[in-house]
Amino acid sequence: MSSIRTLGAATAVLLLASACAGAGGGGGGGTDSVNVLMVNNPQMQDLQKLTADNFTKDTGIKVNFTVLPENDVRDKISQDFSSQAGQYDVATISNYETPMYAKNGWLAPMDDFVAKDSAFDQADILEPIKQSLTAADGKVYAQPFYGESSFLMYRKDIFEAKGVTLPEKPTWQQVAEAAQKVATPEVRGICLRGQPGWGQVMAPLTTVVNTFGGTWFTKDWQAQVNAPEFKEATKFYVDLVRNHGEAGAPQAGFAECLNNMTQGKVAMWYDATVAAGLLEANDSPVKGKLGFTQAPVVKTDSSGWLYTWAFGIQKASKKQENAWKFISWASGKGYEELVGKNLGWSKLPDGKRSSTYQRPEYKQSSGSFSAMAEAAIKSAKPLNPGVQERPAPGIQFVGIPEFTDLGTQVSQQISSAIAGAVSVDEALDNGQGLAEKVAAKYKGQ
Amino acid sequence: MAVMTQARPDTDDRPPPVPRKKVNRWATRAPLLPALIFLIIVTQLPFVATLVISFMKWNSLDPTNRGFAGIDNYVNVFTDPDLRSSVVNTIVLTASVVLISLVLGLGLALLLDKKFAGRGLVRTLLIAPFLVVPVAAALIWKHVLYNPEYGLFNGILNWLGFEAQPDWISSMPMTAVVLSLVWQWTPFMMLILLAGLQSKPVEPVEAATIDGASSFQIFRYLTFPHLRQYLELGGLLGSIYVVQNFDAVFTITSGGLGTANLPYMIYQTFYQAHEYGEASAAGVIVVAGSIIIATFALRTVSSLFKEEKR
Repeated sequence: MSSIRTLGAATAVLLLASACAGAGGGGGGGTDSVNVLMVNNPQMQDLQKLTADNFTKDTGIKVNFTVLPENDVRDKISQDFSSQAGQYDVATISNYETPMYAKNGWLAPMDDFVAKDSAFDQADILEPIKQSLTAADGKVYAQPFYGESSFLMYRKDIFEAKGVTLPEKPTWQQVAEAAQKVATPEVRGICLRGQPGWGQVMAPLTTVVNTFGGTWFTKDWQAQVNAPEFKEATKFYVDLVRNHGEAGAPQAGFAECLNNMTQGKVAMWYDATVAAGLLEANDSPVKGKLGFTQAPVVKTDSSGWLYTWAFGIQKASKKQENAWKFISWASGKGYEELVGKNLGWSKLPDGKRSSTYQRPEYKQSSGSFSAMAEAAIKSAKPLNPGVQERPAPGIQFVGIPEFTDLGTQVSQQISSAIAGAVSVDEALDNGQGLAEKVAAKYKGQ
Repeated sequence: MAVMTQARPDTDDRPPPVPRKKVNRWATRAPLLPALIFLIIVTQLPFVATLVISFMKWNSLDPTNRGFAGIDNYVNVFTDPDLRSSVVNTIVLTASVVLISLVLGLGLALLLDKKFAGRGLVRTLLIAPFLVVPVAAALIWKHVLYNPEYGLFNGILNWLGFEAQPDWISSMPMTAVVLSLVWQWTPFMMLILLAGLQSKPVEPVEAATIDGASSFQIFRYLTFPHLRQYLELGGLLGSIYVVQNFDAVFTITSGGLGTANLPYMIYQTFYQAHEYGEASAAGVIVVAGSIIIATFALRTVSSLFKEEKR
């Protein structure tokens, strides 16, 4: 979600992937093997490094990894899983896909494995994360590898110098006031994403919409994109960015805001909890200068988003036992220990287990924000994120296949509004038309 | 490739020319056949697959709903306002990049046509932008130059004492993309035109100088007509490449602010909407459009391949 993908890399990987597919890679393997298709995020790359010397050594199960960028992984998974070809036993899926894939009958339910595997300790998994990986039939279909929510990061030193304070659970209005008070010509008030994309500007904006009382769709599939609450939230967001936000906002995504915050160009940043670990890294110039609050709210009790990369087992897989052994190891407590001891505690795939936040070494490396991040994830409500009932799960997205496109198209309008090229009203009226098209598909069902 | 062995009637004295010619012709063609077959397999089969998919309902996230769609995808493509605007964007982007690059390239080529110390070095430096990987070039423009916080443009303004720190990409998105592409394509045009200038005959110029023609007249009546074909060639090749440009739009604006061109729209339809059928239909339409335009363009440039009468 918050990863930069360059087309060049994607193309190279695509070529490689097609070459592998041509050579019949991935399929087969011995009985004591398992094929895993993974997204190429850093934590997964760590997992790949640690597998052979630990998991394979202990169990004798060989793991064949295929690692691709996010977009390509989604395509390849949906191709392999939809045909139930069984080429991959395990794949990384996010909480956006899990309920959809489960509904399509592509995933094996995990409840039986969980019941037999007491060491895995399903109760330790944070409740909202578990909920977001549970399908409509109440069964668990994926186990999280790491999870994130969103919260507000701010520069304690700047706030102190200006005599501005923020409560632990600020309202958006308080944040806007603070942004105005701390802003100077050199340091902008706040960084908020403005780059087009369903996973870029649309993610923080949708959480703002939720807490302002808006929604994309009502329970009975009425599109609400140009409803008053949605408009109010979007106007608030766009005005805040235009008045006190970072320069170049229409092109600023996660990476640009991270840059701005690290370089001391902005005093606040509302974004993913994983950003805190990067800002508090040893080589960061702002290390130790940061304060954290819960995601700002208006009408709801909490507004942080929820995102997790998790492992699902393909229903057609003939090696489900081995697949579960691998998942139990990778998502388990032992693996966190392993990463901490071998690669450093800051690299731990966090945000999924309560026990993670009890580890003394972890607390030491990420003490400034870990409690706040845990609270953010625990307070997320993926099934009921707003003030009204929803037709599909999801906080910063709507859990339907059409949302990637709908969100991206609307986000381009919003980005134009941030640039001042169109008005918010115009942008959302256009968005409403797109949303109505999507809603029409579901109304009859 | 059967060798013709016809029994020749004795009454006929003339050797039968056709069979032998046929054999000869096949003798020259045969070694080329594998290459031709390979070419057809690698270039035309994927296109056939695209054609087939463009008539299918195929959303990768909705596997139960897959099948024959008739011309629905094409109807969707033509009725989609975003796609229509992307056609306009593509034309604007291509035309402006090619024309500006040609003018700048012509200027640089004329300068480089003179002999001066260090000409080789200057030429190498001028060609450099064309050798930069497109995605890297787009990143350089987005971050190093345009960025309002740490970009070089605003840094220069600051250094010169100007207060203004404009947000380049947001205030002029299309121009921003065009500029970065002009920077990349000017050297290419310069190279083609320079080759044209180097092949210009010297005598008419000398004669014109003796007759008292000014340097502008020499350019207007001798150099420019000679360069016409090269300008056309540069325009054609440039257009073919810039029409397909994806990197600049993807990197600099992410298709926002009304800069999405056709390749970007197809990417979005394929990757974000997972609409394989619709993306294929859009691709087929682009290919058809390109073929039509290229045919006309080639006809104009075909004068290159003819002997010019002077």
